Amino acid sequence: MTKPPAKSEGEALWASLRKLTDARIGLKRSGASLATAPLLEFQLAHARARDAVHAPLDEVRLAADLVPLGLPVLNVGSAAENKAAYLMRPDLGRQLAPGAAGILAPHAGAYDVVFVISDGLSALAVRNHAARLLAEVIPVLRTQGWRVAPLVIVRHGRVAIGDAIAAQLGASCAAVLIGERPGLSAPDSMGAYFTWRPGAQTTDADRNCISNIRPAGIGYADAGFKVSHLLEAMRGRQMSGVGLKDLSDRLLLGDT
Amino acid sequence: MHSATIGQRRYTFPDLKTLLAKATPLRSGDVLAGLAAETGEERVAAQFALADLPLSTFLNEAVVPYESDEVSRLIIDSHDKVAFAPVAHLTVGGLRDWLLSDEATTAVLTALAPGLTPEMAAAVSKISRLQDLMIVAAKCSVVTRFRNTIGLAGHLSVRLQPNHPTDDARGIAASILDGLLLGSGDAVIGINPATDSPERAHTLLSMLDDIRTKLDIPTQSCVLAHVTTTLELIGKGSPVDLVFQSIAGTQAANKSFGINLALLREARDSALSLKRGTVGDNVMYFETGQGSALSANAHHGVDQQTVEARAYAVARVFKPLLVNTVVGFIGPEYLYDGKQITRAGLEDHFCGKLLGLPMGVDVCYTNHAEADQDDADALLALLVSASVNFVMGVPGADDVMLGYQSTSFHDALAMRDLYGRRPAPEFEAWLTKQGLMDTANRIRPGELPTNFRALLPPS
Repeated sequence: MTKPPAKSEGEALWASLRKLTDARIGLKRSGASLATAPLLEFQLAHARARDAVHAPLDEVRLAADLVPLGLPVLNVGSAAENKAAYLMRPDLGRQLAPGAAGILAPHAGAYDVVFVISDGLSALAVRNHAARLLAEVIPVLRTQGWRVAPLVIVRHGRVAIGDAIAAQLGASCAAVLIGERPGLSAPDSMGAYFTWRPGAQTTDADRNCISNIRPAGIGYADAGFKVSHLLEAMRGRQMSGVGLKDLSDRLLLGDT
Repeated sequence: MHSATIGQRRYTFPDLKTLLAKATPLRSGDVLAGLAAETGEERVAAQFALADLPLSTFLNEAVVPYESDEVSRLIIDSHDKVAFAPVAHLTVGGLRDWLLSDEATTAVLTALAPGLTPEMAAAVSKISRLQDLMIVAAKCSVVTRFRNTIGLAGHLSVRLQPNHPTDDARGIAASILDGLLLGSGDAVIGINPATDSPERAHTLLSMLDDIRTKLDIPTQSCVLAHVTTTLELIGKGSPVDLVFQSIAGTQAANKSFGINLALLREARDSALSLKRGTVGDNVMYFETGQGSALSANAHHGVDQQTVEARAYAVARVFKPLLVNTVVGFIGPEYLYDGKQITRAGLEDHFCGKLLGLPMGVDVCYTNHAEADQDDADALLALLVSASVNFVMGVPGADDVMLGYQSTSFHDALAMRDLYGRRPAPEFEAWLTKQGLMDTANRIRPGELPTNFRALLPPS
């Protein structure tokens, strides 16, 4: 039996640097090209991400996870009837299914914010992170006097479907938690999009976004802090979008 | 009204934008917008009609109204009639033949660029095959400069893209180290920040400037924040080399990005006032991509490839260092699979180069598109053979912040070897000085150069 070769200085260096990032750094080369082992590792990650895109949302389980927040939970669908329609027809993913209005109408009122949870491109993301993020945010909002609408789970929804839901329920702000497109190293990254008084004229420039919400990205406590400060800034200035920079970074850094 | 007769059937197209849309090779975004040809025969009928269309038509009929769209006004008002004169008598089909002819040399094409409108370039691309798009683009030369020289014949530059999901400075530095060792970073070292906050962008800009200065790298850096953030930071004295912005081909789509032409002009003037370039003053970095206008519901019934070409008219007035079409990023509802992404990448590169832009391409795909690494390899090789100015370098082709697959440091290195392309000359001299080139003049890092230890976190 031969002894394994001692780790070279280079290998030790890359092993320590890999602790700082999930990026695929220091990959072994063959000539200019990728060596066999990292090549196959990439193929495996891609196969898993593809599987995540096509996995269905377990709405029953998600609704059960949301119960401790003490808000009614409503389940609706978008006008996209299946994943294929969702992928190819973003217009359908922005509209509510025909039956949705009847589910939302009995809960209409005067709310400051509605949280909408949609599978988007990764059902895994909202299954893993939505309830945990809301557990950080909703108690804070309550102490600040926010009127929080019932939670709405949307199957096959895009970000703009929150606009329609906010209008139906009578909420000033649409806050949409949605599964982001799965990356190779992050099949379960969640995004949060905020729009103050959304309407027919709303464009993406009117929205604010917090991306990469997951324990290895922006953790629940940090993300919750950002969410509540962003909402507070929106309410204070009665606006959202590029005109309202992410003020919570300033707070985190202690700047004025 | 435009028409073509195929056998017994006469196909009619009510206006120029419909003709352009129906003549466009199939892609999901045009189907989504309800603009695509109904049948294969209708598509080719539109291509016949388009081929017979005099180029002068494009100067008299705007696809988006002149009165209501500042991009249309820019295109018409900045059209150079003298440069256009050599092709003014041609049809779209005639222009394709002329571009492919030996008469259309590099010098001739350079002189022609200001005489072409984006719609003319888009029209030619619609009746061209991939090899036509490659042959003509390879004859175009667009050279730009800031701290080095990008786009010279026989060279291929790389944007080093060291993104990190939380913008962690040490994680980003680790990716930069890896990229520099493999010869990436001569186009720019450019970070997409995870959140668009001025404080974050300032921290990242300072870090990049510190690395560049310590290692004395002849390149430029950029944090790809919104132009308003960058403007604010220039005012506060942050070390801004390049101003980045995503742009699109209609006023309404640009509005959805929170920009207009006046804002871009202000940002460019502001960056120029810093005088940070050493060998040139191309200070803008733009990104584009087919489908962005439709995504913002701001396409005005124009097909996505024509709208994309119009974004290049926006880019060219600002004399950018880099224009990057992020071709497969937007997803399968706009470009469904590897075949559609491949064609779009070559169309964008062709149109941009023909219009005089320093085109690079982010050869990429998302995990919800029907594409994989084989598709990326194919498009990358086609683009390098067509003399693309620059491509992306992402660690292991996996962007852990944006969640998509781009091209890797290794991919760029393999293409440089396969096609004999050199890095930007100033950057290549620097690589040699660092001891990163072997005796056959290939980039083959061995030991970590001593001064690179400045990039390592304190142990």
